[in-house]
Amino acid sequence: MIPELGHLALIFALILATAQAAMPLAGSLTGNRPWMTMARPLAYGQFVFVAIAFVALVEAFLISDFSVLYVAQHSNTLLPDIYKVSAVWGGHEGSLLLWALMMSGWGAAVSAFSRNLPLPVVARVLSVMGMVAIGFFLFMLLTSNPFERLFPVPPEGRDLNPLLQDFGLAIHPPMLYMGYVGFSVAFAFAIAALIGGKLDAAWARWSRPWTTVAWVFLTIGIALGSWWAYYELGWGGWWFWDPVENASLMPWLVGTALIHSLAVTEKRAAFKSWTVLLAISAFSLSLLGTFLVRSGVLTSVHAFATDPERGLFILIFLCIVIGGSLALYAWRAPEVSEGGRFDLLSRESALLLNNLLFVAFTVLVLFGTLAPLIYEAFDLGKISVGFPWFNKMFLALAPFLALLLGIGPATRWKSDQPSRLTKQLWLAFALSIGVLTLTSMSAVSGDDLWVPIGIALAAWLLFSHLLIVRDRLKHKQQGWRQAMVADFSGNGRSFYGMVVAHLGVAMFIVGVTMVSNHQIEKDLRMSPGDSHEMAGYRFEFLGAQKVNGPNYRADQGHFLVYRGERQIAELFPEKRSYLGGGMPMTEAAIDAGFFRDVYVSLGEAVGGGDWALRLYYKPYVRWIWLGAALMALGGAIAVSDRRYRIARARSTAPAGAVGAKA
Amino acid sequence: MPPLLKKDPLIKMSPVIKSLALGALLLLGSGSLSAYTLEEFQFDSPEQQTEFRELIAKLRCLVCQNESLAGSQAELAQDLRNEVYRMMRAGQSQDEILDFLVERYGDFVLYDPPLKPSTYLLWFGPFVLIGIAGFVVVRTILAKKRATDEPISASEQERLQALLDNSTDSPSSGPRST
Repeated sequence: MIPELGHLALIFALILATAQAAMPLAGSLTGNRPWMTMARPLAYGQFVFVAIAFVALVEAFLISDFSVLYVAQHSNTLLPDIYKVSAVWGGHEGSLLLWALMMSGWGAAVSAFSRNLPLPVVARVLSVMGMVAIGFFLFMLLTSNPFERLFPVPPEGRDLNPLLQDFGLAIHPPMLYMGYVGFSVAFAFAIAALIGGKLDAAWARWSRPWTTVAWVFLTIGIALGSWWAYYELGWGGWWFWDPVENASLMPWLVGTALIHSLAVTEKRAAFKSWTVLLAISAFSLSLLGTFLVRSGVLTSVHAFATDPERGLFILIFLCIVIGGSLALYAWRAPEVSEGGRFDLLSRESALLLNNLLFVAFTVLVLFGTLAPLIYEAFDLGKISVGFPWFNKMFLALAPFLALLLGIGPATRWKSDQPSRLTKQLWLAFALSIGVLTLTSMSAVSGDDLWVPIGIALAAWLLFSHLLIVRDRLKHKQQGWRQAMVADFSGNGRSFYGMVVAHLGVAMFIVGVTMVSNHQIEKDLRMSPGDSHEMAGYRFEFLGAQKVNGPNYRADQGHFLVYRGERQIAELFPEKRSYLGGGMPMTEAAIDAGFFRDVYVSLGEAVGGGDWALRLYYKPYVRWIWLGAALMALGGAIAVSDRRYRIARARSTAPAGAVGAKA
Repeated sequence: MPPLLKKDPLIKMSPVIKSLALGALLLLGSGSLSAYTLEEFQFDSPEQQTEFRELIAKLRCLVCQNESLAGSQAELAQDLRNEVYRMMRAGQSQDEILDFLVERYGDFVLYDPPLKPSTYLLWFGPFVLIGIAGFVVVRTILAKKRATDEPISASEQERLQALLDNSTDSPSSGPRST
């Protein structure tokens, strides 16, 4: 009964979405106010019905209702409750439902936080979101219904993929989807602006916080995925350039370009049509990513054929969304003015170069991901494109981005002088050259030139941003500390958010550089009582024993890790066999630290109590995810900037007192 | 990597086919991601072990979703690892081993595609696209230098001001506004 209610709720949501797509838009074009005011209630209603459907599916998982096909395929009575909930998005149908839930959630949020927007804009934005939602509801109802029944009812479910039975992966997809779907708001704003023909600085200011929030979620989602892969897959890597990973990286790269380009559009009313194009691309790539991954096309073009119904729907949907929005763009964009002039050396130029580099990265990822398909499709032979190709390509461009990143935020809008810029930044440059010299002479570098380069670039970012902060505070009357506090509680948050995010990049660079060049990996066979020394740590193997988990049996190794004479960690890596079947899983045991991880992963029992196992020493690996966390934090700080909260103040305070010239 | 995002291929199949397919999947090892260790291979020196590890990391497990020889538990990966190990012990160089594998399995086995006429598209294609984009950017910047100044129109100004309270940030005064 409850699954049918969920199914019915989805159908209602589709009906509401259809109304939401049509009425407010029609109203905004004909000036029919009552129709426009329907946008908000319809968006709320859609959210409520999707939420009902979602709760119905969660309920089916919690009570292990195996008469629902999807539940039978992805759950099991032995599964702990928390993973019963995360199993809801453990497969295709459920993750689509999660997508839809978030999509309508963003729609409801736009309705709630758009009091200061002109009604026609709200109406159009919500209409566009309604249109995208229609596509998802139809896809679910026609090809991927999570509420499909199964008869006869099996006594036990098939269990969730053991890899997914992990906290990191339980929250990774929701975060990622929040990001993907969040770009639908930026997309909707862009399309609405194109429809209305009002593409201006105000539009940029409205869509900027939404875009940044989506970007923050996507950043967190990708970092969580990387972190999860690191500790769960037992191979010690943090990024493999797998098509699935690339699919999430592309919207992030374009989204990063977008949040920078929006800054120019908001401040200088320039790059307008370019910004719109980025907004369209960011969401299109989100869709493309989700669907490419979902349809299995990425593994091989032939996978499309295994499920032609879904594949065809996806293809048509993508064509409508991407083709339609690009057509609209081609029609409207030429009418858009391109804003003011700027000099060769200016913030605008720097941000344009930033955009060029991020688009270049996106092109690389897209090209590398699709190249095997292109080769296969055109009969050019079967090739593999893996980490060596991506690493080489990215390393060819990344240093330029880092160099530019130290200069860009120091430049003035519109026009800047080389002499002024040099005066502001020479110290940072000199210091990082010093760092470069020191690291290339010291043992840190090993024999690889990339280590000093990476460290020096990170130092360059740190020093130049410190100088940029100093420059900002220099002109204030108070001492620097009061100035900073005042600035922060005033309207400086977006500035400090930027600084924090950019320092996150520096941290990320250090992490990647160090772990790529200085990690140590050892394959060993150890008997109980054996010790092994690696990177100054001594690993003592005490033996392995059998342990039982809620839905698995495991061999659990017991290790003591010593630094000198001092025991610093006790590690219990496991090798698990899940009762639901499948291959045995490795649960690596990690002693995490700010400057290094030590990591033990259990291989095979090789007889006589001996185990084959792997030890890793991973210097600075945490900096990769901490860097990403700083980037996300920076985004969050920027969004809390006063000028985005003015809407609320405005509605209560009388008009007037407008200080900004922008 | 997250297999969560892989499509479940077993949907909409009869139970018999399902169990067959599941069996096939297990055989192919596409769900296998447990650690594999090199312990069974003996080397003369740590350098040789490192070389071996780096070599098998660059080779693709031909029957897996997207796993290297180093990471895969599939039977074929096991065989190939043994093969590479045997060739290495027989004193063959990396290049000889790679040539042999490519001859047998094609370029598909290499994660690092070699530079040759058929892969020019792969290696230079992106840079051609990026070059075009760069050209457009440079042209834009040069054109902007000569453009007339029309920063924000009066109506935009009005709309923006409607959004602003007593915010004091000003765009033309440098890096403080971002």
